[in-house]
Amino acid sequence: MDLELSPQDVAFRDEVRQFIADHLPQDIRDKMRLGQHLEKDDYVRWQKILYKRGWMGVGWPTEHGGPDWSPVQRYIFEEETGLGDCPRIIPFGLRMVGPVIIAFGTDEQKQQHLPKILSSDVWWCQGYSEPGAGSDLASLKTRAVRDNGHYVVNGQKTWTTLAQYADWIFCLVRTDESAKKQEGISFLLIDMKTPGITVKPIVTLDGGREVNEVFFDDVRVPVENLVGPENQGWTVAKFLLGHERTNIAEVGRSKNQLARVKEIAAAEMQNGAPLIEDPRFREKIADVEIDLMALDMTLLRIVSAESAGRAPGPEASLLKIRATEVQQAITELLVEAIGYYANPYVKDAMSAGWNEPPVGPDYAATLAPYYFNHRKASIYGGSNEVQRGIIAKMVLGF
Amino acid sequence: MQFALTDEQRMLQDSVDRFIERDYDFEHRRSLIATDEGFSDTHWKTFADLGWLGVPFSEEQGGYGGGLVEAGLILEAFGRGLVVEPYLWTVVVGGGLLSLAGRDDLLAEVIAGDLHLAFGFAEPQSRFDLADVATRGEKQGSGYRITGHKAVVFNAPSAGRIIVPARTGGAQREAEGISLFVIDPSADGVSVRGYPTVDGLRAAEVELDGVMVGADALLGGEGEGYPLIETTADRATAALCCEAAGVMQTMVASTQDYLKTRNQFGVPLSKFQVLQHRMAELFIHKEQSQSMAYMALVRAGQEDRVARARAASAAKTFVGDKGRIVGQEAIQMHGGMGVTDEMPISHYFKRLTMIDTLFGNADFHRRRFANLSGTARAA
Repeated sequence: MDLELSPQDVAFRDEVRQFIADHLPQDIRDKMRLGQHLEKDDYVRWQKILYKRGWMGVGWPTEHGGPDWSPVQRYIFEEETGLGDCPRIIPFGLRMVGPVIIAFGTDEQKQQHLPKILSSDVWWCQGYSEPGAGSDLASLKTRAVRDNGHYVVNGQKTWTTLAQYADWIFCLVRTDESAKKQEGISFLLIDMKTPGITVKPIVTLDGGREVNEVFFDDVRVPVENLVGPENQGWTVAKFLLGHERTNIAEVGRSKNQLARVKEIAAAEMQNGAPLIEDPRFREKIADVEIDLMALDMTLLRIVSAESAGRAPGPEASLLKIRATEVQQAITELLVEAIGYYANPYVKDAMSAGWNEPPVGPDYAATLAPYYFNHRKASIYGGSNEVQRGIIAKMVLGF
Repeated sequence: MQFALTDEQRMLQDSVDRFIERDYDFEHRRSLIATDEGFSDTHWKTFADLGWLGVPFSEEQGGYGGGLVEAGLILEAFGRGLVVEPYLWTVVVGGGLLSLAGRDDLLAEVIAGDLHLAFGFAEPQSRFDLADVATRGEKQGSGYRITGHKAVVFNAPSAGRIIVPARTGGAQREAEGISLFVIDPSADGVSVRGYPTVDGLRAAEVELDGVMVGADALLGGEGEGYPLIETTADRATAALCCEAAGVMQTMVASTQDYLKTRNQFGVPLSKFQVLQHRMAELFIHKEQSQSMAYMALVRAGQEDRVARARAASAAKTFVGDKGRIVGQEAIQMHGGMGVTDEMPISHYFKRLTMIDTLFGNADFHRRRFANLSGTARAA
């Protein structure tokens, strides 16, 4: 039992670190450091840089362009990109629909979609939740009815992240109204340019536009866009939920943000001394740092089990719960650290290229919105309550 | 990087688990803690025969070439079975000090199972500060004359030697000037007032009233005891966190079983979502406690003092905080049965609760961790 990286893994870590230092565009790095809004082009530029290096298809088989990394190398890559202020990889293509197409898709679907997912030439979004189907996803109502070589889709999806950028959407739709609710669902790929699709923004409490409603009004989708057998969409969805468990921990990103808490707390003053010297605040930071270590060490146990060839179990739920709790705790500390300057809401300061002097310290503008925005973390991807239910059922046998 | 047990480590832990399953059921433990000594010499000899007492020591020192990791794994299994034999005090703490100081003669007796040890690091006023030593060691000819009061010295009633810090220089709470002495409890001036602890172990108040020892009683250099004490405390803390993780594993498993078998309102308690979610939390606490204990074990073997100390303090804070939740919740979910002496769960709860007090509680280690962390970017 050890925690030392092998010489090869050290060399890999150094290589990734150096690559980020050399190739992450400075304007993107600056936005990341200040927590500013990223444009579509920022994500795509960075993903194309990784693609050119051969590092985009993490978790994909080599025949489809995966880099053939060990579980430890994947851990290192996640950690270094998180520590190194890199934008997150938009997961919908690479980590969600891509693996689904690899596992269940036809040859035609693979040829049509996989190369463009890998090269980030096509942006995907996820059509799962509906107004009446949140935690109870299987009660979804969007219908797809066969008609002359097509499915005709009617209904509404919601909370669709970055649908405003998307070229394609993968959807769970109901193809059999008479079956039990999990058994009448199919997995469809839909071109967002198809007539009858409308995207409407949902403004979130931080003032941002990240999520959307997507409406389908007699949208005609070729039957060739069905993935897996008709009415087996729930099986496909479950596969997807279980795929790539370990990257949800986002340990590197949280370590980076916690370092930001310390930097800000060292700059902010209280009673004539830096806030970080306040024993109560230091101990709050210590608690979060210890919780983050516990997450990291548990992740490393899972990574080691994977390295030894053991299939991952239902630990994704554990990681999801604790990772999002740590992320939220960090955003709380950030807001606490800046005191009064949590209040000003200067929308332009949240994007790059604003030329006026900041209100208060330059790091302050985005922190309260960041906190408010991150309340989503314990809700999305199966709420933390749903995850506890999964642990009770799958692990405890209740 | 392989943060998992090796095959050999797994076999070692399996053999401890098998011993507990075969020879250490709960009624047996109950009978042992009712005896004068509070544990079994026969078991101790078995541990020696199986090589468990020499596991953490090098072959040059007469051991079996394992390390603290192996000792921690034994203690984790002992935690699962609530074993009372003083492995922590005689092997990890006492043996660890002898090993660091190169006292291979006494260490050989420990490995053979012929010698028990105790370590009087606490005093009535010291609370968790290892440097707060009021006991004096005054130079007297070629030896020393030791006077002071050592508080809650675990395993002292059975110990053939008691190791004590005494001040040969420096002021009361300074790290400088502390020396370590090996004392024979039968020497003149030593009084050992033994008592049972709430979790079924044995400890004592040790009064040293002008106890005369020779220069050969010194462990390490004069005035240079503190680094040995701190290193040993961090290593013991890591091992103790493993025991706590083991205790939590049994508590979570028992509570899980209890909820599945206890019926109320016509259904098993496990069908109530309010209990399901609480159990899911306990499951996460015990998994992460194990992760933290293993991290502390691995880091405790490293040279880097700060890495070692940060890991030990992080683990002890985590295990203390989460152990309290696991303990209290397990009792609550057992309902009235949880507060009976009859049910093993209450005994596990008492042990887990007392572990938090040893070598500094969660608050102490949170502060220590925060002070060691500084403002640097997280490693």
